Amino acid sequence: MKLELRGITKRFGSLVANDHIDLTVEAGEIHALLGENGAGKSTLMNVLYGLYQADSGEVLLDGEVQHFAGPGDAMAAGIGMVHQHFMLIPVFTVAENVMLGHESTKAGGVLDLPTARAKVREISQRFGFHVDPDALVDDLPVGVQQRVEIIKALSRDARVLVFDEPTAVLTPQETDELMGIMRQLKQSGTSIVFITHKLREVREVADRITVIRLGKVVGEAAPTATNAELASLMVGRAVELRVHKEEPKLGDPALVVEGLTVIDPVGHLVVNDVSFTVRRGEILAVAGVQGNGQTELTEALVGLQPRVRGSISLDGIELSTASVRKILDAGVGFVPEDRTEDGLIGEFTIAENLMLDRSEGAPFIRAGSIQRGVLDDFAREKVAEFDVRTQGIDEKVRQLSGGNQQKVVLARELSRELRLLVAAQPTRGVDVGSIEFIHKRIVEARDSGVPVVVVSTELDEVTALADRIMVMYRGRIVGIVPGNTPRDVLGLMMAGEVPAEGAAA
Amino acid sequence: MSDPQEPQEPRGDAVGAHDTDADVAIEEPAASSPTAATARESARAAAMGPAGTAPPAAGHTDVEPPSRWHTMGQQIVTGNAIISVLAVVLALIVGAIMIAFTDERVQETSAYFFSRPSDMLLAVWDSVSGAYAALFQGSIYNFRRDDFLDGIRPLTETLRFATPLIAGGLGVGLAFRVGMFNIGGRGQILIAASVAGWIAFGFDLPWGIHMIVALIGGLVGGALWAGIAGLLKARTGAHEVIVTIMLNYVAFYLISWMLRTPGLLQAPGSSNPKTPAMMETAIFPKILGFLGPQFNLHLGFILVIIATIVVWWILTRSSLGFRFRAVGENPNAARAAGINVPSVYVYAMLISGALLGLAGVSQVLGTVTTGFTAGIDAGIGFDAITVALLGRSRPWGIFIAGILFGAFKAGGFSMQAAEGVPIEIVLVVQSLIVLFIAAPPLVRTIFRLPAEGGPRRPRPLVSKEVEAK
Amino acid sequence: MSQTVQQPAPASEVVILPTTVVTSWKAPIAFAAFTLGALALAVFVPREGVTTFRLSTPSDVIQLPELSAPSLATLWVIVALLVLATAYSISLVATKRRVPLWLIVVFAILFMVGFLTWAAAGSTIPVIGLLFGTLSLAVPLIFGSLSGVIGERVGVVNIAIEGQLLAGAFTAAIVASVTGQVLLGLVAAMIAGMLVGMVLAVFSIKYFVDQVIVGVVLNVLIIGLTSFFYSQVLTPNAALLNNTAQRFDRLPIPVLSEIPIIGPVLFRQTLVVYLMYLAVALVFFGLFYTRWGLRLRAVGEHPQAADTVGINVNRTRFWNVALAGSIAGLGGTFFTIGSGIAFNKEMTAGAGFIALAAVIFGQWDPIKATLAALLFGFAQNLQNQLSVIGSPVPSEFMLMLPYVVTIFAVAGVVGKVRGPAAAGKPYIKS
Repeated sequence: MKLELRGITKRFGSLVANDHIDLTVEAGEIHALLGENGAGKSTLMNVLYGLYQADSGEVLLDGEVQHFAGPGDAMAAGIGMVHQHFMLIPVFTVAENVMLGHESTKAGGVLDLPTARAKVREISQRFGFHVDPDALVDDLPVGVQQRVEIIKALSRDARVLVFDEPTAVLTPQETDELMGIMRQLKQSGTSIVFITHKLREVREVADRITVIRLGKVVGEAAPTATNAELASLMVGRAVELRVHKEEPKLGDPALVVEGLTVIDPVGHLVVNDVSFTVRRGEILAVAGVQGNGQTELTEALVGLQPRVRGSISLDGIELSTASVRKILDAGVGFVPEDRTEDGLIGEFTIAENLMLDRSEGAPFIRAGSIQRGVLDDFAREKVAEFDVRTQGIDEKVRQLSGGNQQKVVLARELSRELRLLVAAQPTRGVDVGSIEFIHKRIVEARDSGVPVVVVSTELDEVTALADRIMVMYRGRIVGIVPGNTPRDVLGLMMAGEVPAEGAAA
Repeated sequence: MSDPQEPQEPRGDAVGAHDTDADVAIEEPAASSPTAATARESARAAAMGPAGTAPPAAGHTDVEPPSRWHTMGQQIVTGNAIISVLAVVLALIVGAIMIAFTDERVQETSAYFFSRPSDMLLAVWDSVSGAYAALFQGSIYNFRRDDFLDGIRPLTETLRFATPLIAGGLGVGLAFRVGMFNIGGRGQILIAASVAGWIAFGFDLPWGIHMIVALIGGLVGGALWAGIAGLLKARTGAHEVIVTIMLNYVAFYLISWMLRTPGLLQAPGSSNPKTPAMMETAIFPKILGFLGPQFNLHLGFILVIIATIVVWWILTRSSLGFRFRAVGENPNAARAAGINVPSVYVYAMLISGALLGLAGVSQVLGTVTTGFTAGIDAGIGFDAITVALLGRSRPWGIFIAGILFGAFKAGGFSMQAAEGVPIEIVLVVQSLIVLFIAAPPLVRTIFRLPAEGGPRRPRPLVSKEVEAK
Repeated sequence: MSQTVQQPAPASEVVILPTTVVTSWKAPIAFAAFTLGALALAVFVPREGVTTFRLSTPSDVIQLPELSAPSLATLWVIVALLVLATAYSISLVATKRRVPLWLIVVFAILFMVGFLTWAAAGSTIPVIGLLFGTLSLAVPLIFGSLSGVIGERVGVVNIAIEGQLLAGAFTAAIVASVTGQVLLGLVAAMIAGMLVGMVLAVFSIKYFVDQVIVGVVLNVLIIGLTSFFYSQVLTPNAALLNNTAQRFDRLPIPVLSEIPIIGPVLFRQTLVVYLMYLAVALVFFGLFYTRWGLRLRAVGEHPQAADTVGINVNRTRFWNVALAGSIAGLGGTFFTIGSGIAFNKEMTAGAGFIALAAVIFGQWDPIKATLAALLFGFAQNLQNQLSVIGSPVPSEFMLMLPYVVTIFAVAGVVGKVRGPAAAGKPYIKS
């Protein structure tokens, strides 16, 4: 089926998220939609899928204008979507998820589960998936959940399939398999829209590439284009992917983690017997596909995980049983993975957020009372130092952009006397300008002798920052390798394969 | 739970000087608020060259800010104040309709409405104006009295009724700010009243000291009863709404049992479930007693003013209040910042319970000093919730809201006495006010007001699901 | 507290992390506490005599003999059994296993029998009356909890059950009095409950007002409205508007009603009770085996996912909350035309909150919620019965029981309770 989008414009208040976007996807074509986070890709696809109503422009399928009042209409017209955040109900079985919304029923609205199971099996066989229709989705690993999403779309006879950032949660191997599935779908005549910001994947699988920046189509490219060409189209200027840093001046071992195990509420060992050491003046980057225990590892380091075994010692002080308060006071700085959820309080002002982790005692509290003068001076100084673009220190953090929010977090953490910095996904959802700034500050911290642990799922970031790289897979360490380890080796390690000559660093 | 008032807060920057509006959050569903702004930010960064060279802190004021007066005018029309006033008006209109429709003369005259409509309209006017005039005269100023002092007495009664409402409202409002619903006001008031009452009638202590001991006992009683809910939430995650509701009933039955058990709370020699009268040494003095014996306003009102100031200080100026608000707005971030969230829950519930306890103490030591029954809470526990909502959980807002509802109570009794309108109409009016205030779009639709400045939307609660990759 | 169990990696590509069992000492601790309580009764407040259990009513076709037991000896036997059950639970937890539900149920029944034997020493317990009353008192609780289950399962917390019951009771009384038709009263009660549900739905779905706030305020509003009209209109015109001429009569079901014990308890009830059986069965079957239930649960668990497959989240929520309201309204008839009592101010007296407790205690499952409601009904009725035979326990403490039990339940003695994921959260489409 041929899909055309003509002049799609979507505004949110004063912001134009999509500005007269034209896009044509031929039948049986894999069409990549490339753009930075926030460029307007997902908005466009949500318009296509009927979740948003466009302010102007039209959607055509095989030359006919469509009017979608909701996802139901879009699906009926043959559009399917594999969402970035899976739209699956965790407590339902695979069959229930697949049938939801177009249930086959017997008399009286009674569900016909055998038919649904048969459908799941039929589609699974067609594509060589191994999916048990009666498994609870919650129990399935993410790769399999994604297949359930694909089965869900195909069970509705989707002829145009949209994949929204599908590889974010996959290992390189799973990504390869997904590429295979995409090609297979293409051969059966399905048109595919592949949304991503990862250049490599685009060049590997796409037939055509459309690049979007700031809500506008800025160009088309062939899969033969180089990474640099695509990147500069996507970002609008030449991108410097490397971070300038000197050779590390290594000091004594500072953070020593031994046999660390983290247990989640259900009893899974999400971090399983992990041991490593970080020395002063060194950045240890933790690489791995999302959800392999890195988040829990960082949380355990700052005392946010309740069920922890093993030992974490910083400069000889045992921290594994200490409270968050104690750990922060011991000089641990923490940049959490999800700043809006764990790092900042949106309704608080910049100044209030800057004192968030020093809400007791000096310098901001005296006799139980907040020292407004001290706080305001401090906040003004930090806003200037970290180049936070704001109207003033009394602006609510919620109103800042992602990059500026992250700068507030960083300013807060780096303005304390640090003995360890733990930064999880420090540049996620942050604009390119701020990324450079944040990387620079992290390297500065390391150069001043602070041991740094950085967690990132982006290999670019890992290789740019790391002095050593620790790869995690299913809660275990696959290996600790030097910072200049080639990407393909890292890719294999992220899939759990131990490098041939063993870990050395 | 999010602060219920949050979406309607006035915005000084509502008119558009500000381009980093929260609205842009929706740009990509896969992003929380910053993403869209990020797009523009990077555009700006691109335009300015490398990020470092851009002038700091100046990037955002592209548009001339509107004048202060314009902004203020805009706020008055679209903001909270007008909504609050209109909500009260709407609720009173509904109350008027109820009064009119249940008035016997109105019913009689409606039988021949089409032959002589004026009769019925007159009857409607009589019933409604009579009732509301009684409400006014019972709560603010009674014109039928000759001298000013007697005329103004109803206002002091309003303040007397407002006293426990403000105290309770502060308690509920403080818990709200920490993200908790304290629906257990009734239980906390009962426990506090019983402890204070037991000290006040059961012990012989010198004047003043007796009062203070009873007061402290009551506050501690209320605090501990609420503290159970705080502790259970902190230790086991039990939802405080459920626990406090359940504790209301536990307290009620507990006190009922004690009231009918000789040797506990029951008055000696009596078979009624009622306590003996409080001793003179423990009773709150009447602060307007010098004006005449009919002025019943007692020390409790002064205590409530102090409580309002203290709560204001805690919330806006203290370290504890900072932690309270942090936990209320985002417990995850508070925890990651080293704030001991469970202990904040416990402290907040203790203080909240103490404030509701103050309401209970002012009931037994100030208002009903002749001995009390299990009905001593007089619905204050639930009224306090509406007071806190109306006052938007801000201490002085609660103070004003408490006085308004105190006026309804004082006036309601005289309305019942003078016009035979059941006092329950006050409950209806109060709950309608809160409903209307909670839903400003509804009020705006009814009165055809312009929408709030800027298409501000309620904070999407789905933000967690749609976090960035 | 936990121990590692390394699981062999499964052969298929389904990957499961190694797990360990997280065990909880809550159940053994609670068992021990209750066992000590029973022991304390036997040691410190022993009551001699014979306790008689009467198992038939005089009108039964099949008469069962009365059971008599020596009170103190029976209590001691039961204490011994409780000790055994506690020891078993300790051994289970010590070996990293969970305490099964059946053990908790057996323990609870044993404890109750022991308590009853002790409390009724020297007198007779009419078992049929006890159970019959339990069921009757549980009727509004069960309807209310079904309403709560539906509401929360679809994502709207229904604190307004109390208001819905009260509105139902009020409307049923008036309509049945005026028309002389109990069935019309029943329909009117359902409509009244539905209206309350709709207000809750509009405010929480359309205006995003916090659902707990709307619920609490609606309760106050309904109490105010019904009390106002009761004083102003119903009382002066009681003969016309609030008489007790109309009520549901008992309809014994032939044959079934003659089964010993079960018959008189379950099958000599009124239409409202039979409707309750039907409602429980329908809601249970509907929730888990029909399209309606699948969509309802989807909306309550993950509204966005439901939206992306073309389910209108807010419409689904609105109509199901309305339905929930009508079920609670139906339950409200129990207070007036269901029992032949005139309407009175605030006559539901917190039943809505007990129903809410049953929802949580019953873990959002219609069957378990019904059982919880029956337990609460039992506690209430036990208080009635004990005050008749002159119990040593103050009636207030029996009345407190459901609430205390619920506090224990939410505090996690019964195990980690997990509600529908999206309950309480408005669905805001961007």
